[in-house]
Amino acid sequence: MDVQEETIAAISTPPAEGGIAIIRISGPDALEVADRLFIGKNGKKISDQKSYTIHYGMIAEPVFDRSSDQTDLFNINRDQRSNDHAPGRMMIDEALVSVFRTPHSYTGEDTVEINCHGGLLPARKILEAAVHAGARPAEPGEFTKRAFLNGRIDLTQAESVMDLITAKNDFALRSSLSQLEGSLSKKIDEVRNCLLHETAFIEAALDDPEHIDMSGHIGDLRRTVIGQMGKIQSMIDRAESGQMLKEGIKTVIIGKPNAGKSSLLNVMTGEDKAIVTDIAGTTRDVLEDRINLSGITLRLLDTAGIRKSDNEIEKIGIERAKMHAKDADLILFVVDSSVPLDENDQQILRLIEEKKAIVLLNKSDLEAVVTKPSLQKLTCAPVIQISAKNHEGIDEIESFIRKMFFSGEMRVNDEAIVTNVRHEKALEDAERSLSYVLKSIDEGFPEDFYSIDLMDACDALGRITGQTAGEDLINEIFSSFCMGK
Amino acid sequence: MLEKNFDVAVVGAGHAGCEAALACARLGFETIMFTVSVDSIAMMPCNPNIGGSSKGHLVREIDALGGEMGKNIDKTFIQSKILNRSKGPAVHSLRAQADKSEYSRSMRKTVENTEHLTVRQAEVSELMIEDGVCRGVKTLAGTVYHTRAVVLCTGVYLNSRCLVGEMITHTGPNGLQAATHLTDSLLQNGIRVLRFKTGTPARVDRRSIDFSKMEEQFGDERVTPFSFSTDPEDVQIDQVSCYLTHTTEKTHEIIRNNLDRSPIYAGIIEGTGPRYCPSIEDKVVKFAEKKSHQVFIEPEGRYTNEMYIDGMSSSLPEDVQDAMYHSVPGLENARIVRNAYAIEYDLIDPSQLKSSLEFRDISGLFAGGQINGSSGYEEAAAQGLIAGINAAMKLKKQDPIILDRSESYIGVLIDDLVTKEMMEPYRMMTSRAEYRLLLRQDNADLRLRKYGYQAGLISEAEYRATIKKEKQIEEEVNRVKSTYVGETDAVQSLLRSLQSTELSSGSSLAELIRRPELNYEVLSPIDPDRPELSESVREQVNINLKYEGYIKRQIRQVAAFRKKERKTIPENIDYDQIGSLRIEARQKLKKFRPSNIGQASRIQGVSPADISVLIVYIESKKGTVNR
Repeated sequence: MDVQEETIAAISTPPAEGGIAIIRISGPDALEVADRLFIGKNGKKISDQKSYTIHYGMIAEPVFDRSSDQTDLFNINRDQRSNDHAPGRMMIDEALVSVFRTPHSYTGEDTVEINCHGGLLPARKILEAAVHAGARPAEPGEFTKRAFLNGRIDLTQAESVMDLITAKNDFALRSSLSQLEGSLSKKIDEVRNCLLHETAFIEAALDDPEHIDMSGHIGDLRRTVIGQMGKIQSMIDRAESGQMLKEGIKTVIIGKPNAGKSSLLNVMTGEDKAIVTDIAGTTRDVLEDRINLSGITLRLLDTAGIRKSDNEIEKIGIERAKMHAKDADLILFVVDSSVPLDENDQQILRLIEEKKAIVLLNKSDLEAVVTKPSLQKLTCAPVIQISAKNHEGIDEIESFIRKMFFSGEMRVNDEAIVTNVRHEKALEDAERSLSYVLKSIDEGFPEDFYSIDLMDACDALGRITGQTAGEDLINEIFSSFCMGK
Repeated sequence: MLEKNFDVAVVGAGHAGCEAALACARLGFETIMFTVSVDSIAMMPCNPNIGGSSKGHLVREIDALGGEMGKNIDKTFIQSKILNRSKGPAVHSLRAQADKSEYSRSMRKTVENTEHLTVRQAEVSELMIEDGVCRGVKTLAGTVYHTRAVVLCTGVYLNSRCLVGEMITHTGPNGLQAATHLTDSLLQNGIRVLRFKTGTPARVDRRSIDFSKMEEQFGDERVTPFSFSTDPEDVQIDQVSCYLTHTTEKTHEIIRNNLDRSPIYAGIIEGTGPRYCPSIEDKVVKFAEKKSHQVFIEPEGRYTNEMYIDGMSSSLPEDVQDAMYHSVPGLENARIVRNAYAIEYDLIDPSQLKSSLEFRDISGLFAGGQINGSSGYEEAAAQGLIAGINAAMKLKKQDPIILDRSESYIGVLIDDLVTKEMMEPYRMMTSRAEYRLLLRQDNADLRLRKYGYQAGLISEAEYRATIKKEKQIEEEVNRVKSTYVGETDAVQSLLRSLQSTELSSGSSLAELIRRPELNYEVLSPIDPDRPELSESVREQVNINLKYEGYIKRQIRQVAAFRKKERKTIPENIDYDQIGSLRIEARQKLKKFRPSNIGQASRIQGVSPADISVLIVYIESKKGTVNR
């Protein structure tokens, strides 16, 4: 399998503010990739070091030989030379770098582990630098897969290796963590569709030259490509500043009106973000804030109380609440223990059946009408007694959330970071392919060459949105161009 | 009951059937080819041409493998043209207008004079399948033919019906007898069957056309043959012309006013039609903003007055057709000889086939051509040839010949058929070939002769000639790369005369060839050591140098592709055992049963994560071999 010939990188520690983070690079070029990043205290290169040794130094942005990239259009593997003395080279962090030579590493391949300062930023920057230096962001579960294929994990573990790969990919796919921010995914689609259309035009004309004529179109194509490159560049800028993904566990607070949802939001975030009144139905829109629980980011969403309402504005708020609950990673269902359960509560109980959820029996400061045992009979989700007003039970919520997301192999934020870096790389690939189109146009290559690079660009963008270009192109050809016979 | 013995039975004598039967017979196997009418051998019931974009590539590939189509069209064409000549070499496509009846007659002559090949007019009604092995066929007359392999090339004849508006006839194309029994036998043997539709335009009498209102279309001045073994001098003939006209607003109005009488729009047609050759009704509805569509008037042959109306296939009723064609400039008084019609037919779901075109679950049963969901003469012939070769390989107890996507259009065609959901008749397109810069019509011999030789259809001498050509190309490319010229007067004045920038320092000839305005040929005055080489070698040298960057890039991509293709999936793999596969992926893998990881990854609905799981599973089942 060719993947094993590629060198991959990912963050391999659960992220935590403070402590250390480890970036793992594995594959045949792992040591060379590290050389391009690492400036050793003693001036030695990583690739000259023995296995099982640790080295102190600085991690810096890799140095590219840009000029060679420009002159040799087709040299995909850019000549990336390590140049310690390059002026203005950006330092990222100081680090300890461990060397494991094949076969004595977790994956069985040459592996380098970069131990840097904890927190998300240094880890992300180093991962990005490793990708610029020639590594590919690892797919979910890929380190484990390689370890297995290289005989480092016992055959009897095959089942769990497969489960892990599926679970991690599922998680990466479904969880809102790796979901593209809405407007961005729309932008990517727009660029991709535009490029697909241009390709389809060329291909339709090649397939049916007697019916479809593209003479005089090249000037338009050139302008279109430049325009789309600009859009991709602005997306790359956003990706570099880490705005691409909505990071954090999407945690939606729901419950019927006046159950204390907004109070809970305020308690958990430590700010008075939501307006809290005794009037049921105060929150009409969705409020959002982020909190950090021992290194896990929660995107906390307070929603309108769910009940039957005739008020148009409140109705919209309720619909939004339900919509958010549907794609939440975690639901916090707030129940008012001082009033009996009603049909609104029943409806929410059904809503959370298939989701990760915690039921919060609020208002433990008041006399209880609904008790913990009676509620527990109605749901599989854990039930916790709290008083948002008195800040009681909040620690317990946090510890439950930690347990839910840290038990097992599921690591949350690092997966999101790798996804982010993966997307950034895909955008860069797309941009480079488009630069080839321009070059081919300017050098007078015939039209059929443009569509090769246009398709590569579509494929790169499709890696972000999970689409493959082949059938999409054929569909675009047939739907936009009238073929002959 | 009459019983007979043959090695191979080929069911159908169209473009697929002829190639399949010829391949088997030429490889020494006693072959019987069945047809509902001996007069319809290699008939062209639709368009009067062979080749065209990407289809021309298929014909060249068929020829390189030892098939007949290229040779036959070289003998019977009446006009020939290279399409896309101003584009890159990868999309240059040869297309010839055929004399339809000559094409058919010439193929019939070849077939009837091939040793070990018997032609039989009969309708095959039953497959003789026992315990998953195909042991022969039975005809409607009750005769049993015991064989060791059967190749199904039934084209559009299975349960076919033709539609002209409200008029429906239960016939094959051109009123020929449909095959109404074989589908039942397929179903009884557990073969999944689909239904497609396609169509053809009307033919009109040449004498009733006013050509003065049309634009005349000529063939190339110097014709290039399809076959690598045809002497180019033999194809320099007097060519006939085609004519270009167009539909009018009135045409579109007539169509729109009668849409309710179209069997498609009235819902009478159940089969799925192709998007790439839409009926004129479809064009008018789907591309309502287009005020006019091009229409080509093409002769059906030298000795007939029938002209084919390319661009206006239809299934509207006869009276509407009459009015519609008369609204086209030059066709105002046209007399229709044959109506346009739509045809519906049964086909097999090709996901049941292996890449060798043998049924996965029925040993010795092969299928090629439109029965597999393709459309077009060239696509059919290509599959027929491969199915025939592989039937013969099976009888020889040799491995099947499977061409992959990186070495041929045929490989792309078959791989698509066996790994994609068939939603409509499949037509070859150059955009379907990922590595098309390498899969050019000009190098089909270099790519595929070795397989033809391996199969036994290409002679030792032809094969040696190809090897020699390969070597000459390589040597000359290397020589040109290492030949340098300086800023001499001779060089500068040549560059000036070719409107190319003069040299400021020394350059290799290869670098000069890469300039868009230059090529290998024009540099000969400043290349005194140039050896004497054939035109086809010189062409290859030029292409290889001129597009070297892109070609090298595709070669690298092919290397990655091949690694996945080499990773085979055991035939007996039980996908239900792999708990971690997502349900959709498991269903798709069970349906298509890909033979390798590359193929698996091309199936829609199988994600990269599923592929990882699959790889882990396969490795774990291999046990300790690699540990």
